[in-house]
Amino acid sequence: MKKELKSSAPADSEIVLGILNDSKETLSRLYTSYFPMVLQLVLKNNGNEDDAKDVFQESIIVLYNKVKGGNFELNSKLKTFLYSVCRRLWLKRLNEQSKTRRNIQDFSDIIAVEDDLEKHEEKDRQFEMMELALNQLGEPCKTIIEDYYIQNRSMQEICEKFGYTNADNAKTQKYKCLQRLKKLFFQT
Amino acid sequence: MKSDLELMNLIDAYLKGELAGSELSDFEQKRISDPSFDLKVVEHQNFILNLSEYGSRVKLSSDMNVIHESLDIQAIKDEVAPEAPRVIRLWKKYRISTAIAATVALIAVSGTLLSTGYFSKSISTNVNLLRREINSIKRSQNALIKNINDKPAKGPSDPGEYGGTGFALSSNGYVVTNFHVIKGADSVYVQNSGGESFKVKLIYIDPAYDLAVLQITDPGFEKLASLPYTFKKAASDVGEDVFTIGFPRDEQVLGKGYVSAKNGFAGDTVAYQVSIPVNPGNSGGPLLDNLGNVIGIINGKQALLDGAAFAIKSSYILKSIEAIPQDSLDEKLVVNKRNTLAGLSRKEQFKKLEPYIYMVKVY
Repeated sequence: MKKELKSSAPADSEIVLGILNDSKETLSRLYTSYFPMVLQLVLKNNGNEDDAKDVFQESIIVLYNKVKGGNFELNSKLKTFLYSVCRRLWLKRLNEQSKTRRNIQDFSDIIAVEDDLEKHEEKDRQFEMMELALNQLGEPCKTIIEDYYIQNRSMQEICEKFGYTNADNAKTQKYKCLQRLKKLFFQT
Repeated sequence: MKSDLELMNLIDAYLKGELAGSELSDFEQKRISDPSFDLKVVEHQNFILNLSEYGSRVKLSSDMNVIHESLDIQAIKDEVAPEAPRVIRLWKKYRISTAIAATVALIAVSGTLLSTGYFSKSISTNVNLLRREINSIKRSQNALIKNINDKPAKGPSDPGEYGGTGFALSSNGYVVTNFHVIKGADSVYVQNSGGESFKVKLIYIDPAYDLAVLQITDPGFEKLASLPYTFKKAASDVGEDVFTIGFPRDEQVLGKGYVSAKNGFAGDTVAYQVSIPVNPGNSGGPLLDNLGNVIGIINGKQALLDGAAFAIKSSYILKSIEAIPQDSLDEKLVVNKRNTLAGLSRKEQFKKLEPYIYMVKVY
């Protein structure tokens, strides 16, 4: 029953390096090599492919945060880490759905990932709060903030894009937007 | 607020690494010398970090979605969980044959059960209903003699084709018996222990519970004294001593026994099983407990088996009485609530009961 999946997974150190460099290729290889494993886990435990997609993407976000959070130590195989995270996430969802504890059919080794998931949950809350705050902010503030702080565009570019007469105006606008965003973020 | 605006722009510039030379050193100097300024910088820095984490997560998600779109999910699914599709394939292939096989099986099973009479668990096959066929040989001299000696009954001298037992429900002429006793009757008469016959009319039948309520319409009928027995509402326990009075011949016969099971034939919850000697003619007789409460009405016994008679529970008699629309009755049917039999010996109980038990004659 427990059929191990054969896959040509890239070396773990390669992937960690790729994550740190934001390499798209690494993400793609990571995704294609490990998604089948998670799909198997979820399908065999009362889930469908959409559930598998959600759980797997969440586990990658956990991995990225962990790697980028610095002082990352790989004390197990990446595959085991991802599997364990997905397993926990899926168990949690199953329990939320049926309100009963149930056992899960395993396909791989597992390690303890509770700490990572706790951190992830905290980040997840922050993420949702930020998403909410940004959505409430409205245009053009949202785009200005995203352009400046996330896309790292220069004030000059933003000035041109929005047609401000000079950079100072744009800066004032950005300042006002940021103050509103902070207010929205902290009040939720 | 202008200073705050400038301050923020300064911090932004610092965080983006756009400050240089004296500006940078001034800024860092100020962070060291002014803790509240430093706090502002850290606060802002954290918020911006939060914001950029949000940005990178959104980007990561959208990147992953792009990759996900490019995958052939169905192929992966087939590889990791091939069982399900195979089952579905088999099902699709064989479902018509399966349906036919299931239908054939169903017809075969139900046909067999039908032909062996499994569904028609009718009481009549295994239970003898205890109505008596009165043949001409047995026809009672009794009746004739009584006709001569006593005041002449209005009823016919012919003893009828069938007979059973019935007993009074109330003092004003209502009598209960089994439905099977009077089934198919042209006319029905009841005869009391004194040999007087009265014409009765059918008030109510309940074939499901095998009950029939009759009313004496004969002008010669005189009201009885109030009933000595009551009807028990609750079910009786197994082991309770009981007795019955019936007309297996042209005379009242007392039978004694005990309740031997809570349910009747084939688990029929309407009846008790009673271990009591009963014979054709006992049908419709009252089943009484030691205190003189009616707990049931005898209706049959199991064929080919000794000591298993059946009696409809008294609660169903009460239900039938309730089911009769009172408006349609000439006289009110009131069930007796006072028991005067308790504590008496069996001999005295029998004497008191005698006038309330009738032979039911069916023509």
